[in-house]
Amino acid sequence: MTDSTLRGHNAPAVSKDEIDSGDRLYVGREVVVDRYTRWARLNHWVTAICLILLALSGLALFHPSLFWLTALFGGGQWTRAIHPWIGVVLFFSFTGLFIRFFRLNLPRRDDAQWAAHIGDVLKGDEEKLPEVGKYNAGQKFVFWAMSVLIVILIATGLMIWQRYFAQYLTIPQARVAVLVHSMAAIAIICVWIIHVYAAFWVADTLRAMTRGNVSGGWAWRHHRKWLRALAAYGKRDDETPAAKRPAGKRQV
Amino acid sequence: MTINVNPPVAPDVEMQMGPQDYIRRSASSVPEPTRQLEPVAKLIDVSKCIGCKACQSACLEWNDLHEEVGFNTGVYDNPHDLTPDTFTLMRFTEWVNPETENLEWLIRKDGCMHCADPGCLKACPAPGAIVQYSNGVVDFIHENCIGCGYCVKGCPFDIPRISKVDNRAYKCTLCSDRIAVGQGPACAKACPTKAIVFGTKEEMKAHAAERIEDLKSRGYDKAGLYDPEGVGGTHVMYVLHHADKPSIYANLPDNPRISPVVEAWKGVTRYAGFAVMGLAAVAGMLHMAVSGRNRVTVEDDEQARRLAENAPGAEPLDPGKEPLS
Repeated sequence: MTDSTLRGHNAPAVSKDEIDSGDRLYVGREVVVDRYTRWARLNHWVTAICLILLALSGLALFHPSLFWLTALFGGGQWTRAIHPWIGVVLFFSFTGLFIRFFRLNLPRRDDAQWAAHIGDVLKGDEEKLPEVGKYNAGQKFVFWAMSVLIVILIATGLMIWQRYFAQYLTIPQARVAVLVHSMAAIAIICVWIIHVYAAFWVADTLRAMTRGNVSGGWAWRHHRKWLRALAAYGKRDDETPAAKRPAGKRQV
Repeated sequence: MTINVNPPVAPDVEMQMGPQDYIRRSASSVPEPTRQLEPVAKLIDVSKCIGCKACQSACLEWNDLHEEVGFNTGVYDNPHDLTPDTFTLMRFTEWVNPETENLEWLIRKDGCMHCADPGCLKACPAPGAIVQYSNGVVDFIHENCIGCGYCVKGCPFDIPRISKVDNRAYKCTLCSDRIAVGQGPACAKACPTKAIVFGTKEEMKAHAAERIEDLKSRGYDKAGLYDPEGVGGTHVMYVLHHADKPSIYANLPDNPRISPVVEAWKGVTRYAGFAVMGLAAVAGMLHMAVSGRNRVTVEDDEQARRLAENAPGAEPLDPGKEPLS
């Protein structure tokens, strides 16, 4: 097989670095691409549930018109008590996601080009964009925005955790912490809206986080460089071959 | 002044203040009250205070508070700070007057100032946990308190304390339960020198004016009333012999006001926050309406198949596991 059949016409050179552990390319009647492992998905949904619960309980204490949301948590006292603990769970859960995802979310030169073509992105005109690896610049923005905001939120959240940490701060410090916490919370809710909207707008994306795989067409359309890397190399170097994979996926 | 009025003996005393007199209620609104109670005030004349702590004892007794036995660290303040069980505290300061070189023993009875513009109430997220009556009393309604500590951040005077026992905020009530039946606060009742007096705010200001005049005649040129404008005035006022520098009295704020940080948190952050979050959601919906969903085309699928079919990295898919898409 020649290089051009492998990569297609005018295809950019691809690197094995585009592939994450667990990513696989399968060909049957359909082309199926494994995108997220079971553990990555579990990790994601734990984080997602925490984030939603935090947003609901946080908003309940942010504005009186939303105080009724405390009923979901068993009243005001329970909401106040449970919110920081959910935050702690989210922090550790997100740390797991960070470790899993950060390598392929590191910014690259072609991310700037992608961002410059944001108009084409919004039009869904992806042929005009540079070929995208596992994550595009928008996804990377969501990843890093979440990472930074979660660090800010956990830090300021601990500072205003009345029960355990209030005594370590002066009142002026606590005022700043609560203001920063609320602004960061608004920002992360906006990032979350972008994240959820994008996952819904780009059809068949959710499947990556539910079943763990995407269609070949989806990968070709949205993450072509990633698909090319999988086509060329199949998996990352450090992974053991077939023997360790789930039995159902093995074929003799 | 009600200070020396004995308790009424009538069997059923009419409550003189109640929820119908709320002018503010935290995180909620109240109907316009049908009457305006006469504003009241407690006046604390620091120049008359002898530091006996009778007010502290009376406060503990009336409010049925049980402070822990503390430790002597060589200062008179006991306990060392306000606590959920200590609503009022004598704070002692040894101050050398730079003009006279005299050591002055400044004693200030610390506690809630009952601000006309209460920062605690502004910061409180729990509906009805903090209320303000039309006579000026600011009170915590403990059953509505959620223990978040926002009132601590809102208060310009560092007064509220959150109990570790029941996770609720506590502070001086101005003895609202006594005022409601025509009594003065327990501290005022107990004060042996009448350094603490209670009455209508007008009476207290007039009384303070007399006291200030007397102090000035005795060499305290800067004597004055502490009724700070920045919080709209207070319903606990001090007569200070050095009213030009309140902070010498155990850090009584010179110009108290609700912190601009708290104002920003409770004001612009809310409106801007909802606007930005709403905008993000609306932008999403509009985008969806205008451009429709970004769907994979047949062409994309065929291209992927062409790439994958003979690719070295591809593995065959078990047809039994293949999803129907």
